[in-house]
Amino acid sequence: MNFNTGDTAWILVASAMVLLMTPGLAFFYGGMVRGKNVLGMLAQNYATMGIVSVLWITGVYSLAFSGTGKWIGDFHQFGLNHIWQQATGFESLTIPPLVFCAFQLMFAIITPALITGGTADRLKFGAWTIFCALWLVIVYAPVAHWVFSPSGWLFKLGALDFAGGTVVHANAGAAALAVILVIGKRKGWPKERMRPHNVPFVLLGAGLLWFGWFGFNAGSALSANTLSAFAFINTNTATGAALLAWIIVEKIRDGHATTLGAASGAVAGLVAITPACGFVSPMGSIAIGFAAGIICALAVGLKNKFGFDDALDVVGVHLVGGVLGALLIGLFATKMTNAAGSNGFFYKGGWTLMGHQVVAVLAVVAYSFTVTYILAQILDKTIGLRVSEDAEQAGLDLSQHAETAYENSSYSDGSRFLSNFTKTK
Amino acid sequence: MKLITAIIKPFKLEDVKNALHAVGITGMTVSEASGFGRQRGHTEVYRGAEYTVDLVPKVRLEVLVDSKEAETVINAIVKAASTGAIGDGKVWSTPVEDVVRVRTGERGSDAI
Repeated sequence: MNFNTGDTAWILVASAMVLLMTPGLAFFYGGMVRGKNVLGMLAQNYATMGIVSVLWITGVYSLAFSGTGKWIGDFHQFGLNHIWQQATGFESLTIPPLVFCAFQLMFAIITPALITGGTADRLKFGAWTIFCALWLVIVYAPVAHWVFSPSGWLFKLGALDFAGGTVVHANAGAAALAVILVIGKRKGWPKERMRPHNVPFVLLGAGLLWFGWFGFNAGSALSANTLSAFAFINTNTATGAALLAWIIVEKIRDGHATTLGAASGAVAGLVAITPACGFVSPMGSIAIGFAAGIICALAVGLKNKFGFDDALDVVGVHLVGGVLGALLIGLFATKMTNAAGSNGFFYKGGWTLMGHQVVAVLAVVAYSFTVTYILAQILDKTIGLRVSEDAEQAGLDLSQHAETAYENSSYSDGSRFLSNFTKTK
Repeated sequence: MKLITAIIKPFKLEDVKNALHAVGITGMTVSEASGFGRQRGHTEVYRGAEYTVDLVPKVRLEVLVDSKEAETVINAIVKAASTGAIGDGKVWSTPVEDVVRVRTGERGSDAI
């Protein structure tokens, strides 16, 4: 095999950048929760890094990328056996298979981690680790195979997803909604005040996400060339446009442009451009970014209307943004950016591509929601997913980890059970 | 003897301290407090959701004085703490039965 050292170096760096997104996400979410739950949030995200790192190498990589199956991979590369062979359909890659495996590992880490924003403040830590491991195998592996592997049925259909708008974002968003419906609302929501305890953390996390996302999207070219440059510039452009759109919505609707809105808009733009970044033009990415900023800013209000407690808006930002980006490919895709792609409606490609995109979105969202809902129900009935009322009141930091992030971190949340917790045992 | 308690805006503490020095007060106790009066709180917006923050940060200042100085001290605090805007705070005085200086055991006015 002929490897290109430039491509290989870039994908190794990109992999490290994508890994950094998960700590970034942890701070993005951690700043938005109350001060008594910030360590709980960080712990769930870091634990995900541990769990997925081990499972991916052990067998999940093989299930996602090995073999010629339509629905799922095989056991051929369990334990990274035969890792000198490129994954099926990736034979023309100019990077070692092991580098591809490392890059894909980082995607598999952040996808379940995204769910923790929706379920914030009320999951048992142990239950999360078990959920995360099972979800990776029965939801992430097949969905990644369908969309990313050239033998997967959605890939064969002609649906386009450059860096994971369906596999990562719509998938995690639908799964978050399913778990939220199983575990119910946070105690006190929506009446009680649950404002973000550290908005600067949110902005710090959003900055790390934005940086890491260049690895995520431009790295998905799996080479260092014009295509990765398109993905890079489209990612940045859409993110800027979405940031502006979100704070314009806020200014008009609420009277003030907020820093939280700027961070949220940036993330919405990153999500929406993810599937599209290697198929659209930079001007198209402005349109996608603006659409994502406006629609996601409005979509985060849905939870209040329908009464589901999506604590940190994983549905409003990742499900809606991921679906939106995947569908807008059907309009904005152009072969001028990527000859291996297709032309969308605006580039004389008719509605064929849009049809494929709709199928991909529906399949991924339906599968992820249904399977996750069943998995969450089973776990909730057996080991229990949710912490006790006392533990929730005291905060995850203290009740799940026997730590607190700040002096008096439970005080401002009126935690009258604090003393009970310190006394027990 | 009187205990003068004042709830004031935090940024006015420096002015009030100086005013009390000027009328000869040599000691005081200051603590951080939060609360609301007619001012109520303020509104914050996070992702379109409005939150009313009703407890506003304030400073509580306590001074022990001889009864005959009370009026001067109260006036000095009110003058220094006033901005004319809503939320300037309150000052009140309470009769004090006895005071002991811990180091010397002095009692009453001598201990102030």
